[in-house]
Amino acid sequence: MNISINGKETILAEYCARTVDSLLEELDVSQRLYVTVELNGEILDRPAYETTPVKEGDVIEFLYFMGGGNAPFAQSLR
Amino acid sequence: MLTESQIERYSRHIILKEVGGKGQQKLLDGKVLIIGAGGLGAPVALYLAAAGVGTIGIADADDVDLSNLQRQVIHFTADIGKPKVESAREKIEAINPDVKVITYKEWVTAANISGIIADYDFVIDGTDNFAAKFLINDACVLAGKPYSHGGILQFVGQTITVLPGHSPCYRCLFPQPPPKDAIPTCSQAGVIGVLPGVIGSIQATEAIKFLLGKGRLLAGRILMYDALEMRFRDVEIKRNSNCPICGEHPSITELKDELDAMTVCGLKES
Repeated sequence: MNISINGKETILAEYCARTVDSLLEELDVSQRLYVTVELNGEILDRPAYETTPVKEGDVIEFLYFMGGGNAPFAQSLR
Repeated sequence: MLTESQIERYSRHIILKEVGGKGQQKLLDGKVLIIGAGGLGAPVALYLAAAGVGTIGIADADDVDLSNLQRQVIHFTADIGKPKVESAREKIEAINPDVKVITYKEWVTAANISGIIADYDFVIDGTDNFAAKFLINDACVLAGKPYSHGGILQFVGQTITVLPGHSPCYRCLFPQPPPKDAIPTCSQAGVIGVLPGVIGSIQATEAIKFLLGKGRLLAGRILMYDALEMRFRDVEIKRNSNCPICGEHPSITELKDELDAMTVCGLKES
């Protein structure tokens, strides 16, 4: 399955049905519990992550908290 | 009317068809508030001063600290211990005597922010903590005040420009601040010094474009910068109908301080 993640074309193995939530886990996305997901131009509500499927051709952006020299998330973003 | 000295000073602006004498006068008549005189606020203040923005407000309760000098380019070694707003004022006035500087040596809070932002045309978020960022967003949205949000982290930065009621606000993207217990100390996160210089310069550019009424603002787009990859991306964003403050059914109708989320980054440990 081909999707776009943060502007990059990505190929995912087609062995399972994915949701946004499972994709975050699969990709080990930073700020997993707080990352904002934009799917095909729309910001998703967090409760919908578990029920929203990821489909062929989806365009996904991950938006992270960035707070300054004071940022709560010290690890580099993946 | 511009004086001869101003015509000379701003000649490189006046030559531009998007500026001209009329545009320069708009800048001189303009009032921009910079909240935070640190990594982001420093380049904003320097460039707005150079551009001739006539009134620059600058708010920061902090004093200049040695560890600030790695990135807060408006403060010098001799300024250590001085209030940041005073250090900033001195450099702004030295660059450009046309600029009137108004300083607020205090933290912005739910109690004072509405009064502080009221007289300004545009606000710049140059803060380094989420409590302030959300407060600035909320105050500007409730007041209908256009502003630039900026955030940085290690080697990456992002910025959006918010035209309340017209473009997405910070809460359209991030409805709530991250939890307070996830916040480590400042020294753990780190930031490459020049990073806020890039993002802050972009924020200053947006303020100038806003005052001129020219160009396309980052309203409805988020600009993301990765310094290691040396890559800029901008992503379209829309207003969120579920936004807690500017959505269809707002749950936030007044300002409040997220006290537990506030940090003492930069203040002396007592």
